[in-house]
Amino acid sequence: MTQFIQLAIQYLPSLLMTAITYTLPLTAISFILGLIFAILTALIRIAKLPSETVAKLIMSVLKTLAAFYVWLFRSTPMIVQLFIVFYGLPNAHINFFANAWVSAITVFSLNTGAYASESVRAAILSVPKVQKEAAESLGMTNRQVYWRVVLPQAARISIPPLSNSLISLLKDTSLASVITIVEMFYLSQQIAAENYKILSMYVLVAMVYALLTTILTVGQHYLERYTSRFTI
Amino acid sequence: MIEVKHIIKQYPEKRALDDVSATFNAHETTVILGPSGSGKSTLLRTLNLLERPTSGTLALNDLTINFEAPIAKKEIFNVRQTFGMVFQEKALFAHLTVLKNIIEGPVQVKKESVAVATKKAEALLERFGMTELAARYPSELSGGQQQRVAIMRALAMQPEYLLLDEPTSALDPELEAQVLHVLKELATQRTSMIVVTHNLGFARQVADHIIFIENGQIGYDGSAEGFFSATDNRIQQFLNAMSF
Ligand SMILES: Nc1ncnc2c1ncn2[C@@H]1O[C@H](COP(=O)(O)OP(=O)(O)O)[C@@H](O)[C@H]1O
Ligand SMILES: [Mg+2]
Repeated sequence: MTQFIQLAIQYLPSLLMTAITYTLPLTAISFILGLIFAILTALIRIAKLPSETVAKLIMSVLKTLAAFYVWLFRSTPMIVQLFIVFYGLPNAHINFFANAWVSAITVFSLNTGAYASESVRAAILSVPKVQKEAAESLGMTNRQVYWRVVLPQAARISIPPLSNSLISLLKDTSLASVITIVEMFYLSQQIAAENYKILSMYVLVAMVYALLTTILTVGQHYLERYTSRFTI
Repeated sequence: MIEVKHIIKQYPEKRALDDVSATFNAHETTVILGPSGSGKSTLLRTLNLLERPTSGTLALNDLTINFEAPIAKKEIFNVRQTFGMVFQEKALFAHLTVLKNIIEGPVQVKKESVAVATKKAEALLERFGMTELAARYPSELSGGQQQRVAIMRALAMQPEYLLLDEPTSALDPELEAQVLHVLKELATQRTSMIVVTHNLGFARQVADHIIFIENGQIGYDGSAEGFFSATDNRIQQFLNAMSF
């Protein structure tokens, strides 16, 4: 036990430092991009087909693409996606993805977006119809109805499922280790390879992940409590 | 004056409105009565285009809308500006305070400045004795307060007509009275109102004009006195059913 504490004292600072410089930025950037993908995808999938021919065609194509995107990312393992993007695409001379950060953020955000789009879609659909009608009856445009009334309320409703997505994403950033990013888990592997304290090192890094996700869970709790007044 | 003519609203299984024609005068309170499922809401919501009938026309000011033809966005906007709507319940924007609910339309739709809209909203709140509630969220109000705020939100847009769809049906009698009190006061000031209600006492006291709908058809259209003294069988039946 004292050994473990010594080990923790010795390596916690560098693990936490790596969390701050790798794990958390990867998580934050991917989550924000993922949310944008999620909202766009959800809006496209919910939208009614316009009556005008060209607009209808464009919208149908968008809907098909959105459905395909969600299906694609939900039906394949993230580690395989990472390999395809980071090792596969540059091999086909798409050099944009030769950068590990670009690859990681692309895969993490698209993945989060695909899952979260379903949460956002469900949340939008669960905003009571009368809220929308009240906005329409004031003379709001469709865009105003969505951005000023429906989406803010959907945001509150989607806090629990989106918190799940965020927590999963934080843990999943450990997969970035397979594409050469020395994030927290990779660092712990490297240290374990040097000091042979294999069990202790992995338990230690698990504890840091648990600490970070617990902080997020507490944040979720307060956010839910704070927004509980924004419901009728 | 608002005029609808030959309105038909056909659902796959049900004809909600069956050749309804009616006029609604300005500066009067029109009360729409009828059994539930008779088409009252459909008629009311047709006026501000929340409902799109199968056929018929809607005329207001210098605008005529034919429901069999496409309706331009601009026309929808103009019609919606003519009316303010109060729903049965839960229609206040849940994520906005009372004050923000009231200024949302003026600021976002009429492009008034926040300062000007806020001044007007505060005056409205003052007029209805609800100034202390300005910073509350709808979830922190009683049902009766929510409905009064909903009325203010509609009034803040300065519509020509107020549409109210069973504004007190979700309320306990005591809260209902608070809301009806406000409506009565608005009626006294000759606000143009069209109210769907089951409250016969309110209809008797406040209505200038009563439209009775049954099965999607107009069963009576005339004065309140005329309605309550009608000898027509169906009206008698309805009145009896309503007063056990
Ligand atoms: N979306 C809908 N689909 C099918 N039928 C509907 C729909 N909305 C209303 N109706 C039917 O139309 C009739 C009139 O409804 P409504 O105008 O809401 O009645 P009221 O307000 O008088 O209770 C009812 O029989 C109702 O079942
Ligand atoms: Mg109704």
